[in-house]
Amino acid sequence: MHELSVAMGIVKIAEDETKKAKAERVTLIELEIGKLAGVEFESLDFVWPSAVKDTVLENAERIIDVKEGLGKCADCDAIFKIEHYYDSCPNCGSNLKGIIQGKELRVKALEVV
Amino acid sequence: MCGTCGCGSEENGPKILTPTLGKETHDHHDHSHGHSHDHDHHHGHHHHHHPHDHHHHDHNHGHDHHQNKTVLEVERDILQQNEIMAARNRGYFDAKGIFALNLVSSPGSGKTSLLERTLKDLKDKIPFYVIEGDQQTLNDANRIAALEVPVIQINTGKGCHLESDMIHDAVKKLNIANDSVLMIENVGNLVCPSMFNLGEHKRVVIVSTTEGDDKPIKYPDMFHTSDICIINKIDLAPYLDTNIEELKENALRVNPDLVFFEVSATKGTGMEQWYGWLKENAKLVPEKY
Repeated sequence: MHELSVAMGIVKIAEDETKKAKAERVTLIELEIGKLAGVEFESLDFVWPSAVKDTVLENAERIIDVKEGLGKCADCDAIFKIEHYYDSCPNCGSNLKGIIQGKELRVKALEVV
Repeated sequence: MCGTCGCGSEENGPKILTPTLGKETHDHHDHSHGHSHDHDHHHGHHHHHHPHDHHHHDHNHGHDHHQNKTVLEVERDILQQNEIMAARNRGYFDAKGIFALNLVSSPGSGKTSLLERTLKDLKDKIPFYVIEGDQQTLNDANRIAALEVPVIQINTGKGCHLESDMIHDAVKKLNIANDSVLMIENVGNLVCPSMFNLGEHKRVVIVSTTEGDDKPIKYPDMFHTSDICIINKIDLAPYLDTNIEELKENALRVNPDLVFFEVSATKGTGMEQWYGWLKENAKLVPEKY
């Protein structure tokens, strides 16, 4: 259940930034999470209420921008969608690839009052 | 609430312990809040006012109407804090010529047995230090301490993985000599530890023949982030349906750069190759990393 650590990381960032902006609380939080980031979205939903309780995020609306996995083949340069790390290049069959999208795990923006 | 273990109380949190004595050297929340580094990163946040009436996620709540909303373009990595502390650990290891390995696997793959065997065979040639991660007990630390190798146990309580700040605290207690090897045995879990960089030079995933050929594709994150794959319990392969070649093929599909060692930690089979790699890489720390 490392999603709890992820949620607490989000809370920490929100607390820091809200304090820095001398605001009171967060009304909206925008996250960017890639499908290959290793986060189970259902688990994140499950831990969210307990993680944000009594924090600036308690009543914040949450938007998650889910990023598809994209790879670039190291042999033929084809760019293709990846669902699993073991997906091979649909063009040449190579397993050698760079992940160019899908590992994002960031807080993009906060709307504070 | 504690983010590592999820506990709300003072119990069940991560504890850093010395073997046999079982004395706690840290109180509960040190792992996540104890050190106060300055995490003030100014990324040039743009503060601008949020247009109340025309935004793609319009969600005005009645009570907010009179308040000024400000949008902070934060753009911060969620695991940033773990990464910062991992980088700090790594700098410490590099400066002291310590070769740090993070041993990961599912429970029961033989991590501790492999470690015991390695320490027994090599401790006269290489100075070793060990950090043991388990949810509970000092059992593993006591096994290592019996070999007279300096060891610290981290009990993560309800936590499912080690994080870089726990390593930071444990390393301080260990007083590691220059030009040695640090073995970090992570919590037995093939999922969560993959996301948490501890500052190690190499991540070593251990998989045993009893676990089935398709383990790497069932738990791809861990194999994707590892550098070395040790296949343990090869002496049992003849009694199982496991096909080691297929296991390797599956692992290479996830991570084509993986380097394999096939061993039996209890029988000692194949250990020489692993030792060769270990000795070679430990020497390289000052130049290569």
